[in-house]
Amino acid sequence: MSIEFTPTEMMTIAAARALTNDDVCFVGIGAPSAACNVARLTHAPDITLIYESGTIGTKPDVLPLSIGDGELCDTALCTVSVPEMFRYWLQGGRITTGFLGGAQIDRFANLNTTVVGDYDKPKVRLPGGGGAPEIASNCGQIYITMALNKRGFVDHLDFITSMGHGEGGDHRARLGMKTKGPTRVITDMCIFEPDPSTKELTVVSIHNGVTRAMIEDNCGWPVRFATQQVETPAPTETEISVLRDINARTRKAHEAA
Amino acid sequence: MARVCTLSEAIEENVRDGDMLAMEGFTHLIPYAAGHEIIRQGRKELFLIRMTPDLIYDQLIGVGAARGMKFSWGGNPGVGSLHRFRDAVENQWPRPLYIEEHSHAAMANAYEAGAANLPFAMLRGYIGADLAKVNPNIKSITCPFTGEVLAAVPSIRPDVSVIHAQRADSKGNVLIEGIAGVQKEAVLAAKRSIVTVEEIVDELNPSSPNAVVLPAWTITSVVHIPGGAFPSYAHGYYPRSNAFYIAWDKIARDRDSFTAWIKENVLAGKPEDFARHVNTRAVNAV
Repeated sequence: MSIEFTPTEMMTIAAARALTNDDVCFVGIGAPSAACNVARLTHAPDITLIYESGTIGTKPDVLPLSIGDGELCDTALCTVSVPEMFRYWLQGGRITTGFLGGAQIDRFANLNTTVVGDYDKPKVRLPGGGGAPEIASNCGQIYITMALNKRGFVDHLDFITSMGHGEGGDHRARLGMKTKGPTRVITDMCIFEPDPSTKELTVVSIHNGVTRAMIEDNCGWPVRFATQQVETPAPTETEISVLRDINARTRKAHEAA
Repeated sequence: MARVCTLSEAIEENVRDGDMLAMEGFTHLIPYAAGHEIIRQGRKELFLIRMTPDLIYDQLIGVGAARGMKFSWGGNPGVGSLHRFRDAVENQWPRPLYIEEHSHAAMANAYEAGAANLPFAMLRGYIGADLAKVNPNIKSITCPFTGEVLAAVPSIRPDVSVIHAQRADSKGNVLIEGIAGVQKEAVLAAKRSIVTVEEIVDELNPSSPNAVVLPAWTITSVVHIPGGAFPSYAHGYYPRSNAFYIAWDKIARDRDSFTAWIKENVLAGKPEDFARHVNTRAVNAV
């Protein structure tokens, strides 16, 4: 008996599954926030969610629109100042997993959220990095979630807002970083993981109903597939209902205010 | 010692043309009423400092009050672009905007260094990130003990910092609760400061001896403006108007509709207008 689900729902649920009860997770807004809270409401009830506004151990009932919604503080174990958040908690090495989204990504999981075109004369000025440059270097590992399409998955980034695996290989280590960097990229069609030695993103799991050709058509570089990929297990009834419930509560709350 | 005064007096006395101006509040407690008063008083050539420019600086940029901006994330949170900021950077409308762009960690460290009376801040940051290539104010320093190379940025020392808080007592001591952001650091780093508050009470009665309290003698002016953080929020008083943040996308996308909105809601408005956001939206009022 299979349940109907959308590609975006599959993406959020596949992203949620990457998290464990033991994670201390620095949560980006948007898709990462949905995934982290679905994890908390399903298989990882004791996960620690941290938002850069300073809220530690937060358990929001509705997803925040901004990184500092009152809901995050109301439901947090404690709330610290922003300098303390970035100094003691992030730079201090207390975060196991950072969860990021982005406007553009390349094959080594570097992210661009700054500009399309030249920095001084941009074609499109994007919001910028916010916490991402230091989240990417200071968290134990990074998960990234974003929809797979040619606008987002590009052959060349105009700007590296936050470094993933740089030029690939041991680039992170050469720059003195001791953290793992991006270990998984979860899209609405498939899951990528970096190749153990080259660090190029490689498809390891394909979602139900998606073909290799669809993945190739929506990615801006020639896609590498692992020798053996698995099919991503379809969402369970519990996962889907938890996700739809929190989305419905969130919509209602944001429209009301 | 803080002087309790009107918003018009506080802006008149503290915010000058050309100033380096920091208006802080990390999503929470953003001093919108003060931003509107700065627009009404026609301040110009400001150098704006704020981690997340948010709608408050989209408005100041859109009216042409700013010559430059130092920031770390310039979007409408959860919604999309700040269209006035984008129009200034992409099309120089209504005037060119010089930008000095950092990461959140660097800005937070730079405020803290300013409050600590240090010339610069250091952090383990910007590794492999292109911002260091385009911002000459991102440099590096070598640890004299370990040899580790760390990022260095100048401390932030605003001419004037403006924040919003829940309460002040009649002497001008200020209490901040909830998401406290970098407001304490912004005030302590600045030459002059203005705090707008939801309430002025006889006694602050902080809930804990470790509450965030700014003593009156660290503040220049305190102003009573109920609702002064709308459409941001004041924890314990009223929630964030996510609906307004969503609506702003349409208002600000177009130059004419933005200008009309400013004319109607800011130029023809007054500080007391903000109180209606508390009356109609009060939740868990303290």
